[in-house]
Amino acid sequence: MDPLELEIEIISKIKVENLNLYYGSKQVLKNISLNIKANQVTALIGPSGCGKSTFIRSLNRMNDLIDSTRTEGTILLDDVNIYDKDIDVVELRKKVGMIFQKSNPFPKSIYENVAFGPRINGINNKKTLDEIVEKSLKRAALWDEVNSNLNKSGLALSGGQQQRLCIARALAVNPEVLLMDEPASALDPIATAKIEELIFELKQKYTIVIVTHNMQQAARVSDETAFFYLGDLVEINETKKLFTSPDKKQTEDYITGRFG
Amino acid sequence: MKNRIIGSSVIFLSAFSAFIIVAIILLMLYIIYSGGSNLLSLSFLLDSPKDGMTSGGIFPAIVGTSLLVIIMTIAGVPVGTITAIYLHEYASQKSIFTRMIRFAVNTLAGIPGIVFGLFGFGFFIQFVGVGIDKNLGVETVRWAQPNILWASLTMALLTLPVVIVSVEEALRNVPKEYRAASLALGATKFTTIIKVVLPNAISGIFTGSILAVGRGAGEVAPILFTGAAYFLPQIPQSLSDQFMHVGYHLYIMTTQSADVEATKQIQFASAFVLLLLTFILNFSAILLRQRMQKKLVS
Repeated sequence: MDPLELEIEIISKIKVENLNLYYGSKQVLKNISLNIKANQVTALIGPSGCGKSTFIRSLNRMNDLIDSTRTEGTILLDDVNIYDKDIDVVELRKKVGMIFQKSNPFPKSIYENVAFGPRINGINNKKTLDEIVEKSLKRAALWDEVNSNLNKSGLALSGGQQQRLCIARALAVNPEVLLMDEPASALDPIATAKIEELIFELKQKYTIVIVTHNMQQAARVSDETAFFYLGDLVEINETKKLFTSPDKKQTEDYITGRFG
Repeated sequence: MKNRIIGSSVIFLSAFSAFIIVAIILLMLYIIYSGGSNLLSLSFLLDSPKDGMTSGGIFPAIVGTSLLVIIMTIAGVPVGTITAIYLHEYASQKSIFTRMIRFAVNTLAGIPGIVFGLFGFGFFIQFVGVGIDKNLGVETVRWAQPNILWASLTMALLTLPVVIVSVEEALRNVPKEYRAASLALGATKFTTIIKVVLPNAISGIFTGSILAVGRGAGEVAPILFTGAAYFLPQIPQSLSDQFMHVGYHLYIMTTQSADVEATKQIQFASAFVLLLLTFILNFSAILLRQRMQKKLVS
């Protein structure tokens, strides 16, 4: 490895090794191994049912909530196996935040939505909470639109604003990784563009993994892209490389629209 | 054409059945009201029964009924709510234990009120009450006799299935996205239930309480042997006192009174008050629920 390459080598935030996941007797993830690099956006693409959502949910162990799931293999977050027996799932989920496909603000005020995470962590000081709320809303690029009335219900916002509110809410607990499960699939093009801009901003501070159905979106926002098919990881590559000259024939077929 | 005929006859029939229900209630109210309207006055509400219960009011019975309902709610709703939380949030839905609890709840819902009354007598008075008296070493019988506490607890048992079923329904209606959001933020399951699930289920919990109150306020059988008094001019001073109850009062006036004909007006007036009381209890619970809901949304 020459010195130049060493310099630009980026550390891996998450290392997945031989991950197998079963729903009952059905295997939905087959021997997945990949690295997710720090402060980069990694996009997961693939046809419906390929396991990309299941994969992203295994990164913060949300799959634990579904009965009869079984996980094998290791996922290292900063070299600690998150499937280790003495890992505190609650602590893990504070480090690995999640944005869902359908925006899901609580039926509370904008302020209380963002303050929810800090509050459950025992922060009750009004001034500290104010600061966290403001900082999080600014980071989620929502502050300018809502700062005049933070007491308005989160549900009164538009779809795109709601999704950014959910991002602000996730940022308020100071995560290191953000998982986004098709965060813009229910939004119009303008709201989608805003979310994409935001993702670009956020990767300065956070490691981002995004599931998307939309290949243009993956191409626009991500540094690396992983292509899943029927529970297999077919290929992970630099986004530009994957969309212009993929290593695998299957990837090429998919991105050129020959199937899926 | 055929579809339109079917459509309009369905609308007509459903509207007609709805009308029948309203009409029956109105008719009932009218008959009861007109039977006792001569007696209905403030003094009927605020006086004790007089002259061997052939005149006077029903004040002690109104207070007794209200106290019964309040203690019953305090005792039954929390237990029912916690059971529902366990069943819906924690219990494995397939385990035999959970199925047994569900079976017990359903069975409890089908047991007639009089059986609850006998159970309350046997369990609370003859077992718990006797035990307490023995351990306190009191000379006279205090807890081993019918009183308002035992009657309320018996009634709470009767209303338990209503509370459990409706609270569970309320928990089921809390969108699972809220739970996911909370858990993904690093909240524990317990925190999620306290901070997210329960606040969003509160109106359902109130509905459960309303239904329980509605069921309990009108029932007489469970309190026959557990606490209701035939005649007691003063209102209960402690939990170990007996009490008068509007429904029970009505029952003895129509069956046990020396002169049933002479007290006909009192009977009708009592029935009207009982209906009114149930209505007020229900209505205030509904108002409370709406206020809670508004507070949550804004």
